[in-house]
Amino acid sequence: MQHIHKSQDKFFKNQIVSIESNNRRTSIRLAIVVVGMFGFGYLLIPLYTVFCEITGINGKGIQIANSEDTRERGNTVDLNRTITVEFTGAVMGGLPWEFEPAEKVTIHPGETVQVAFKAHNLSTVDVVGQAVPSISPPRATRHFIKTECFCFTTQTLAGGESRDMPLIFRVDKDLPDSVKTITLSYAFYRSESETASHNSKAVHESNAGNRDSHLTSG
Amino acid sequence: MTATTADQHHDHHPTGITRWLFTTNHKDIGTLYLWFSFTMFIIGGLMAMIIRSELFEPGLQFVDPLFFNQMTTVHALVMIFGAAMPAFVGLANWQIPLMIGAPDMALPRLNNWSFWLLPPAATLLIASLFVPGGAPAGGWTIYPPLSIQGGMGVDFGILALHMMGISSIMGSINIIATIMNMRAPGMILMKLPMFVWTWLITAFLLVTCIPVLAGAITMLLTDRHFGTHFFDSSGGGDPVMFQHIFWFFGHPEVYILILPAFGVVSQIIPTFSRKPLFGYTSMVFATATIAFLSFIVWAHHMFTVGMPLTGELFFMYSTMLIAIPTSVKIFNWVSTMWRGSLTFETPMLYAIGMVFLFTIGGFSGLMLAIVPADFQYHDTYFVVAHFHYVIFGGTILGALGAVYFWLPKWTGHMYNETLGKWHFWLTVIGMNVTFFPQHFLGLAGMPRRIPDYALQFAEFNMVSSLGAFLLGLSQIIFLINVLKTIKGGEKASDRVWEGSTGLEWTVPSPAPYHTFATPPVVK
Repeated sequence: MQHIHKSQDKFFKNQIVSIESNNRRTSIRLAIVVVGMFGFGYLLIPLYTVFCEITGINGKGIQIANSEDTRERGNTVDLNRTITVEFTGAVMGGLPWEFEPAEKVTIHPGETVQVAFKAHNLSTVDVVGQAVPSISPPRATRHFIKTECFCFTTQTLAGGESRDMPLIFRVDKDLPDSVKTITLSYAFYRSESETASHNSKAVHESNAGNRDSHLTSG
Repeated sequence: MTATTADQHHDHHPTGITRWLFTTNHKDIGTLYLWFSFTMFIIGGLMAMIIRSELFEPGLQFVDPLFFNQMTTVHALVMIFGAAMPAFVGLANWQIPLMIGAPDMALPRLNNWSFWLLPPAATLLIASLFVPGGAPAGGWTIYPPLSIQGGMGVDFGILALHMMGISSIMGSINIIATIMNMRAPGMILMKLPMFVWTWLITAFLLVTCIPVLAGAITMLLTDRHFGTHFFDSSGGGDPVMFQHIFWFFGHPEVYILILPAFGVVSQIIPTFSRKPLFGYTSMVFATATIAFLSFIVWAHHMFTVGMPLTGELFFMYSTMLIAIPTSVKIFNWVSTMWRGSLTFETPMLYAIGMVFLFTIGGFSGLMLAIVPADFQYHDTYFVVAHFHYVIFGGTILGALGAVYFWLPKWTGHMYNETLGKWHFWLTVIGMNVTFFPQHFLGLAGMPRRIPDYALQFAEFNMVSSLGAFLLGLSQIIFLINVLKTIKGGEKASDRVWEGSTGLEWTVPSPAPYHTFATPPVVK
């Protein structure tokens, strides 16, 4: 059926050489795509963080530990609007604490408010915890400004210790009118690495004699 | 016999195990892929039987909940990465060189490596069931925090996924290089058979999205062992971000599974309608459009994570948009059959069954795309019913149809038509009895991935389990039919089917070990 002419035969031989170099070129290009897309997977993380900061959707909120800012902008309070701020708190697995959120408060935009969360270490050893905040609805996130919060740093509770943990915040006057209620929720995690380093320091400082108490609970 | 085969080499190759270990022949590697895929299909199927046995009646009967969760997770991973994807890579290996007139794949040694990564990967995945703590049990989507908390089985699973991912990336590079550089003279891109086109587009999806999965599971691995906090909220990470990255891979993955099946159906329907494919150009562009859209719809898998309304609307509308190119394909297949001279041999039955059942899966997909409705359907058996209609009804029926369609070319023998028809009808009835009631269960609120359920779900679950046992058992007919065909049977002609067109039907049946050593000329 198909007659292979001499000229065609030569053509095919030249073809083989060029096919091999074409194959190499195609593979290298595709390998670059593969490496690039692997990197893109990692690039998604900073992109995601930036996106969440702009839109406020993961509820991290704005944290300013600057009292001057509070005084300066806190002077103008919008008395015509009231906002309900609710608090929830959860203790994540592995943290032997009780964590009681503050009562809900009714505030005006622009007003600086202080509330306290209660934490109680149920175990007999020192434990370090870290609270991670989340605000809903997401469109309120950018307008919820914390000036002091126990979530800014890790918190250490000695065995059996109870403590009031302060939170100072205000809600920006630019808060969209549709938002009437804001919920601030905290998840308290055990900080494994800091608990370990804290306790090993404690062990070194005290004598090795009371090591048992560190081991019995946890 | 044609001139193309006259001056071919003898079929000399090593014999015994070394033939298969060292082979660089696309037909051998295709065969290896297909047998591997079938083995995984049986293993994954047995896990499905365990799941359906446990769900046969309410209460806990046979397995404990942790093992049940391992079964749902490993069943999915085995079926997706072990059965469905390798089945189509196997078909690509066998068919693409034959269909474009190439002597072999572009990178034969890479091809050998792509395949031989799979058995160790599968072993690792299955072995995870036997390590302390058991296999991954948090669902195939390996969401943190569960996938960070799990035992060493999760690491086994992650490494297995890495190996299977590398295997498919290398396979895809090979397929793209073959299609771009190895076509016979005159085989311009717009003359490529649809199966080759869909695979070209699928391969591009694979090289772009599998590395993203590799990135995500590498982050999981470093979160688990090296103190990073990508997805750990106690360290400032975000578990929801994993879902975004995962589904950025996961949605294109869905099309990776279905597009080659579309290609198979686009080969089978014209053959048994004795008409050229209706709307070839629109088929090519519809496939490319689906591939593009698959990258911008991922968040419809996670409407309930609490995303802004704008995001929900965007992902809802972009998801619904996919219905348009998909309908173009469905209408084209129906139009190909319209006024065709139809016969209903087994491959044709599978192709029509695939179009019909995939369409049901597509419609339930549209229901899931509607945000307010999705809040009710999310994580229920409705989702399970939906994706089994798409993946079993679409991908698996497509692959089975392809095997019946090309088996005479591979073996030189006709398969047993009676057994083929029995296999088709039992499979399709079994599949519908299994998965159709799951729509009702899901709408009534039965959650997925739970070994027990409330009493009102008992009847539909029993029906579903009976269907699953039928579905599982009827695959034995397939195995028997394939083995019988390899051993003997009626001699197949070179064209095999009356209505067949394309280069693969110009070589003898069975296809010699080396074909198209001299390229054919396509006019």
